[in-house]
Amino acid sequence: MEHEYAIQVHELRKNYGRVEVLKGVDLAVRRGTLLALLGPNGSGKTTVVKTLSTLTRPSRGSVVVNGHDVTRRRDGVRSSIGVVSQFVALDWLHSGRENLVLLGRLQKLSKTSAARRAAQLLERFELTEAADRPVKTYSGGMKRRLDLAASLIVIPPVLLLDEPTTGLDPRSRAVLWEAIRQLLGEGITILLTTQYLEEADRLADQIAVLDEGRIIARGTADQLKQGVGRERVAVVLSGPEDFRRAGDLLVGPGLTRDPETRTISVAIDGPSRVKQLLDLLAEHSLAIDSLSLTKPTLDDVFFALTQRASDPPDPDPMPARREPNDELGATR
Amino acid sequence: MTTQAQTGQGVDRPDIRTKLYWAINDNLVLIGRYLQHLTRSPDQLFTALMLPATLLLLFRFMFGGAIDVGNTAYVNYLVPGILVISVTMVAVSTSVAVQSDMQEGVVDRYRTIAMADSAVIIGHVVAAVVRAAISLVAMVGLGIAVGFRPAGSALDWVLVAGTLLLFALALAWVAATLGLVARSADGASGLGLILMFSPYASSAFVQPESLPDGLRGFVEHQPVTLVVDTVRALLLGLPVGNTGWYAVLWWVAILGVAAPVATRLYHRRYA
Repeated sequence: MEHEYAIQVHELRKNYGRVEVLKGVDLAVRRGTLLALLGPNGSGKTTVVKTLSTLTRPSRGSVVVNGHDVTRRRDGVRSSIGVVSQFVALDWLHSGRENLVLLGRLQKLSKTSAARRAAQLLERFELTEAADRPVKTYSGGMKRRLDLAASLIVIPPVLLLDEPTTGLDPRSRAVLWEAIRQLLGEGITILLTTQYLEEADRLADQIAVLDEGRIIARGTADQLKQGVGRERVAVVLSGPEDFRRAGDLLVGPGLTRDPETRTISVAIDGPSRVKQLLDLLAEHSLAIDSLSLTKPTLDDVFFALTQRASDPPDPDPMPARREPNDELGATR
Repeated sequence: MTTQAQTGQGVDRPDIRTKLYWAINDNLVLIGRYLQHLTRSPDQLFTALMLPATLLLLFRFMFGGAIDVGNTAYVNYLVPGILVISVTMVAVSTSVAVQSDMQEGVVDRYRTIAMADSAVIIGHVVAAVVRAAISLVAMVGLGIAVGFRPAGSALDWVLVAGTLLLFALALAWVAATLGLVARSADGASGLGLILMFSPYASSAFVQPESLPDGLRGFVEHQPVTLVVDTVRALLLGLPVGNTGWYAVLWWVAILGVAAPVATRLYHRRYA
């Protein structure tokens, strides 16, 4: 059953009682690519993953994974997916190896092939040394890696990763990213949710931004970041009065003000703009405590998107699209 | 592009076997998992043995002298009651086990695998019955050590084991149902408490004839009393009469209700 898209979500709605968590989500993930579903806490990311992994039923709309409809062909979906949920889904009393062997046996492997597969995966995820210790003694990074290994016992055509790196230290995060890249190289289709723009940036072929149950933007990382600038400069003003006056003075794409830290952050397109900015502040005799160059964060993207959404006259560089497979780049 | 991924590299994929074969496989795998837990945290079983053991010693040596049970030694009257209490303890702990399993996310993983759904609850219940068997052996041993002198034949012992394990099985299903209904571990143990007390309001420690009328009516007819009386009659070589049949009927009926209810709840939990 070859389809161009391994995941197709159309007009997905989900409500729990009277609360509507997903308000019409459209997604399409091409085979062998990675889609990052980017959004803040509570935006509905986990509900999307739960729906795709048959843990919860859609209230409305259609969800097709690897050619199987999640409501009508649950077993078909289940044999097509590997899932890493937000919370580590392992037996804490068992060792890493026992966890993998047990899950292999549940996926219809013989005892010997389950054991062989477990050993392979433990080696691949650098867990061989800890293989026979109970999982409760593992570090957060090790648990995550084992969790990912557990979803790969029978290599699934589709992998769903719900915030796989949240709460990890940078090293564990890098190990996980590398593993995800390798899997993409093996032809697996991946849907990954994240709160980190950087993560989406590094891994994703396509990014969809989810906010309050709606996709508010989609495109490549570059397309998304054009709205907030590739680089940003942040200045911390010396006093509240300077902060207020600077706030009136400065304009620019994706400008944010944080009164608490007296920080103003704005997108720039090149180093020359830093000088302009400093000159402008000096001209009005505004004193600053510090200046830093930063990469845009999800907050910046988000701010830019939501601000624009409420401001129709502004030309909209990243319109939310209804057609799931629409490529944003064409409109730019 | 994806053939490699879809066949699952390096792994010999399942041969064609029947659904039933795989359902049994899945059940056995998970029963194994819950039994292993027994060896991983032996303190759980230890706790489950402590209470009935303490009660046995307490009633045998402290309160027993004040309780009149007719023409047999109190310890002979007591041990069958303790056996029922120990089975109850173990079976009821299923409610917390099921509830915490649901919380921990492992079950979510099972639910995203194409496997027999029923295996999770069945695994818990069967493991509870095995724990109950271990507990029974320990209590009979302790009972004999403190003076219990059973008079039953080998067949009586087989019937005792059968009755108590049926009781364990049915009660574990009821407890599993409570574990699925509860939203927290505290809730699960709170609901379980009701079951936990059921043998205290039975003929486990005292003869119902000694109780005031209202309570006596309840105690005499509640299903735990039927189990206690059956086990006691068999072990002491007394006539069982219809009590044995009633006990079996009651607990088969409870099993017949609780098992499908728990299974349904498990299916609906995430919908």
